[in-house]
Amino acid sequence: MALIDLNRREIHCKIVYYGPGRSGKTTNLFYIYNAVSEKYRGKLLTIETRGERTLFFDLLPINLGKIQGLNIRIQLYTVPGQSHYRATRKLVLKGVDGIVFVADSLRKRREKNIESLTDLRNNLTEYNLKLEDLPLVFQYNKRDLISSSIPILSVEELEEDLNKDIGAPYFEAAATKGIGVFETLKEISKRTVKYVARKYIFGKQITRAQGGAL
Amino acid sequence: MSMMIVTQEKAKRLENVLDKQLVSVGVSLALLIDEAGNVIVAAGNDNGVDTTSLAALAAANFGATAQIAKLIGEEDFSILYHKGKKDNIHFSKVGKDFILVTIFTDEIPLGLVRLRVTQVAQELLDLLSES
Ligand SMILES: Nc1nc2c(ncn2[C@@H]2O[C@H](COP(=O)(O)OP(=O)(O)O)[C@@H](O)[C@H]2O)c(=O)[nH]1
Ligand SMILES: [Mg+2]
Repeated sequence: MALIDLNRREIHCKIVYYGPGRSGKTTNLFYIYNAVSEKYRGKLLTIETRGERTLFFDLLPINLGKIQGLNIRIQLYTVPGQSHYRATRKLVLKGVDGIVFVADSLRKRREKNIESLTDLRNNLTEYNLKLEDLPLVFQYNKRDLISSSIPILSVEELEEDLNKDIGAPYFEAAATKGIGVFETLKEISKRTVKYVARKYIFGKQITRAQGGAL
Repeated sequence: MSMMIVTQEKAKRLENVLDKQLVSVGVSLALLIDEAGNVIVAAGNDNGVDTTSLAALAAANFGATAQIAKLIGEEDFSILYHKGKKDNIHFSKVGKDFILVTIFTDEIPLGLVRLRVTQVAQELLDLLSES
């Protein structure tokens, strides 16, 4: 749920990085955390089990600068991808304003990507939300493995599997190296802020953010 | 609800309620947060507490216990309370979409906090639902 706080002159939006376990969601947040100057980010909060698997969520608040005199504050969340954490994922989606779906390019994860997208749809339905109505960006991660001997899905296959009927923007990424991470973040932030602002306040042209993390 | 707009006037009035009813009896920090984990208003002294993280965790914690309640066949737990060595933290639902978080020391009786929190809930809810 976006919050427009006219007292502190801030807009708060929630963006959730969704996708199967091990696709690179937490890696995205870590990269962003390390790349953004301290001035524009809050604490990185992670709740993980032993062995670095996300147990509940990761959270990184960032400041995107000002639009029309309002500071844009974005909370980036990740969900735990493993299938048995469905209830937890649903909780994290509460009040979501925008979604990044991080898909794994590993061929052996093909079914997991598809399953995770279905799981996302189902969870949104329980909040009376439709994937098609929300700001959404796909990230096809681990593209760096193309040069390895590991079997990798082509972008066309990923598009066909996941995005054929939706037609959302997508980015190829290698999150461990930071490739595609900010492109993804910029696009989803832009879409989310537009969505929130258009729908509820300005009803007119949105100007570019001034200053801030991006 | 997918959106909430807090005007300056509304923020002041909400803060006022927290101040008058909770901070005045010695509660160190009172936070009104939404279901997504955003801080709507805060009153008292945060003593350097990271309220953004606190709000996110409080919302998640509430969501998780609501699921636990379901598992054991309870409607819901409308109150959560954690007792520390020095500070205590109390979470209570305000309507369906909001949570009131209060932090207080052992010098304040839990019963008093409970009473006040219950009293302010309706007041806060009325203010929140006014447009
Ligand atoms: N080769 C490669 N490995 C990656 C990439 N992104 C993440 N990983 C690795 O994949 C594993 C799972 O990443 P993590 O971010 O924890 O996944 P999460 O479960 O989606 O949060 C880790 O070992 C990462 O180092 C990438 O772009 N390329
Ligand atoms: Mg993770």
